[in-house]
Amino acid sequence: MEKKLKVAALKDGTVIDHIPSDKLFKVVHILHLDTCKNQITLANNLESKKIGSKGLVKIADRALAENETNKLALICPDAKINIIRDFEVVEKRPLVLPDEIREVVQCPNPVCITNHQPVQTRFFVLKENDKTKLKCRYCEREVKAEEVRIK
Amino acid sequence: MSNNSLVSISDYSKEEILSILDSAADFEANPNRKSLDGKVIATLFFEPSTRTRLSFETAVIRLGGSIIGFSDAATSSSSKGETLNDTIHMVSSYADAIVMRHPLEGAARYAAEVSPVPVINAGDGANQHPSQTLLDLYSILKTQGTLENLTICLVGDLKYGRTVHSLIMAMSHFNPTFKFIAPEELKMPDEYKVFCKNHNIPFTESTELTDNFNDADILYMTRVQKERFQDLMEYERVKNVYTLKNEMLENSKANLKILHPLPRVTEIDPDVDSNDKAYYFQQAQNGLYVRQAIVSKVLANMPII
Repeated sequence: MEKKLKVAALKDGTVIDHIPSDKLFKVVHILHLDTCKNQITLANNLESKKIGSKGLVKIADRALAENETNKLALICPDAKINIIRDFEVVEKRPLVLPDEIREVVQCPNPVCITNHQPVQTRFFVLKENDKTKLKCRYCEREVKAEEVRIK
Repeated sequence: MSNNSLVSISDYSKEEILSILDSAADFEANPNRKSLDGKVIATLFFEPSTRTRLSFETAVIRLGGSIIGFSDAATSSSSKGETLNDTIHMVSSYADAIVMRHPLEGAARYAAEVSPVPVINAGDGANQHPSQTLLDLYSILKTQGTLENLTICLVGDLKYGRTVHSLIMAMSHFNPTFKFIAPEELKMPDEYKVFCKNHNIPFTESTELTDNFNDADILYMTRVQKERFQDLMEYERVKNVYTLKNEMLENSKANLKILHPLPRVTEIDPDVDSNDKAYYFQQAQNGLYVRQAIVSKVLANMPII
């Protein structure tokens, strides 16, 4: 009942639920919520049956762009996106990484061309036994998804 | 982007690899022709590599083509801050193909994306050097008569050595068995061992060179570089352990050939040079024919503008 109230309090916008507590402020950072002028509600260390302790972000009147959901899929792949219209959850969107992500991740290889020239980064998403790895299209280095640096 | 570019050995299928090797044999039989008459090839060497540059330039000149370019970034406009994108666009308006060496990894893939003419990667940092891999394959084929079912022993710097990594990728088409011999600090990275497992390629690992290659068909030596070691005492020890000497070859197979991408320092004793099993100098010469085959392939079927 309590949970429903929290979500229902938003008229139109986006709710990001089931963010691991230690990732909440990373989400704030990558979505640039610190400079966002929309109404924002943040909650953290809420009880969660699934993950123990979770964070929650509600942003009024804002839909997430594809590169933003890609970023979220990298740092908190199990979070859920709820799209709210007129107080109703009209869509629950799981976070799914596409086969290739562009301009979201910085290559960790210091001698990769993308760190020296104005080149848009491009990474192939590789899935190996439940683990996600990214492979730089340019220098061909592989990096674990949880170790990537997000631009 | 031109689809004819050669950036990484994985750009070529098994059939394409075999067709390059076929074509290289043709060029070896008759290396002087006029098939590139009127063509201009740019060799852009953003870092010096005299051996590779001379090999590519000779390949082009012997086919009747002409060369433009530079052999050091200091003499190019990149030293004035020009972006790689701009340099490639400028050069591609003069040349029919670009051969490029660059210190940054991924530079060749990027150049191939922005260039309207084919780009041949002549080495991008520690990443890829596909013409070296193809000349290694040509040398193996030429000396063994086949690429199939061979036992290949890779020795030295297996961690950073891009030639050995590319060789594993390329040989994966031909049912090889690998033996990896490297000091602890320079062992084969897991990524390539996983690749072998996924492709059902058997391999063994060892840290000692002595007698580990008696059943090998190819002994592929690489240079152990001093700058790779944090502990210089360890480097001194390894340097002496990883020197191939003539007497170590006594029990090796009759068909064994020793390859090395060169330059060598101490890893092959000069007394091995006179052994019939030493093949590294012919290997370098094979590079010419393989590069003739590569340049001819990337320029074949180009749209006429």
